Amino acid sequence: MSTEQGQGQRAVRCLVAKVGLDGHDRGAHVIARAFRDAGFEVIYSGLHKSPDEIVQAAVQEDVDVLGVSILSGAHNTLVPKIVDGLAEYNALSDTLVIVGGIVPEDDRPELKELGVAEIFGPGASMEETIQFVRENAPQR
Amino acid sequence: MSLVSDLLAGDHRALARTITTIENRASGYRDIVSELHEHTGTADVIGVTGSPGAGKSTLVDKLTRQYRDNDLTVGVLAIDPSSPFTGGSVLGDRIRMGSTTGDMDVFVRSMSARGRLGGLSTATADAVKALDAFGKDKIIIETVGAGQNEIDIVKTADTVAVLVPPETGDDIQMLKAGIFEIGDVFVVNKADLSGADRTVKELQEMIRTREDYTTGENEPTAIDQAIDRTETDWEPQVIETIANDGEGVEELATVLQEHAEYLVESGTRTRRAQQRYAQEITTHLREDLRHLTAQEIDARGSLDEFAAAVTRRETDPYTIVDELIAPIEECIHHRADREEIDPER
Repeated sequence: MSTEQGQGQRAVRCLVAKVGLDGHDRGAHVIARAFRDAGFEVIYSGLHKSPDEIVQAAVQEDVDVLGVSILSGAHNTLVPKIVDGLAEYNALSDTLVIVGGIVPEDDRPELKELGVAEIFGPGASMEETIQFVRENAPQR
Repeated sequence: MSLVSDLLAGDHRALARTITTIENRASGYRDIVSELHEHTGTADVIGVTGSPGAGKSTLVDKLTRQYRDNDLTVGVLAIDPSSPFTGGSVLGDRIRMGSTTGDMDVFVRSMSARGRLGGLSTATADAVKALDAFGKDKIIIETVGAGQNEIDIVKTADTVAVLVPPETGDDIQMLKAGIFEIGDVFVVNKADLSGADRTVKELQEMIRTREDYTTGENEPTAIDQAIDRTETDWEPQVIETIANDGEGVEELATVLQEHAEYLVESGTRTRRAQQRYAQEITTHLREDLRHLTAQEIDARGSLDEFAAAVTRRETDPYTIVDELIAPIEECIHHRADREEIDPER
């Protein structure tokens, strides 16, 4: 019988992804470690991933949160591809997509329109980011 | 459409969601695994273990590539440790899976060991079933690599490959104590490093002296018995690989295939499966009974109260257990009595 059902062990799963031609992963490492210490399960993509690869990883790993780190300035090209890919697998609506890196003020509204929940720039604190994830990670 | 029928129809997201449900032990997971079971039993399950840094992830990546070249679909479960303090983890095996990214016929799933020592758990075995039912030809489980406690993997995998880096005397010591006995195939990875030849020789030597002196030839050793391995006619193979550039991987795939065929031809595969299910039933039963008794304890007070009463010498542990178990015992005895009166029932 179902004595065990409903007594789940839930952990927030995150994919920290580096996309495109951008070799700077210090920030991604720091955030991966901070997420781990916050009790999240963090999957790190490694460097130079294509949007397709990130979508594949996000879908297979069934993550609650996808954190995309971009410092190359190519966010307007790469983020829409990731978002479209997630939508293709019906995964966009219940994945919290956040972007970290250098994103000019002017570009932000467009990204948010696409479905990016929040953008964390250079000044953002770890606590702020972790708090945001805790509050906004989809309850499935 | 239900999650299971979506999964069986080949929906990747349904597979991913199923594994999440299994991993979280979320409501309904038992029904899901029950439904999946009849669709399982076709995949070859390969366990890859070895010390941290031995090159497990890289080798799994190259082996996956090899299977894809042969048009076989692959599922990978990569297990990494979780922090005992925060429960958090960084699952890094996926980074090494670079050879097949973008190929949806490779399904890679990172799993956190979630504090379960030995690195493998009921959840892993259930996740294997999900991949099996999905129709994967080969399922590779990559373990935490903690070392000695990896014997669990024998109970889940059909074939176990143990990775041994060269020139690691300490690892040889570790192998003697634990995972040496469980390998169907030994892989001396990083074979371009000095000392590889010696490690290969040492392994071969150990395989030759593997027959326990306490038993006759082809008799199961104490270790074989401990892990329910009754067959002794497969001699473990030693393979050299350089996973980084893929050298030796084709050979490894061939040997793994030979072992898979041996399992079928000797009837060992079926026998092992049956032993595995016996183990599974026992494990589930124990877990469920534990939950039932926990409920019974809560219904009658708390464990602390009982313990306090024992400390005050008002009662003793055996009496308490007798009382707690009484309702279950009563049920069983009641049924036995009934069957005596009316054997038709």
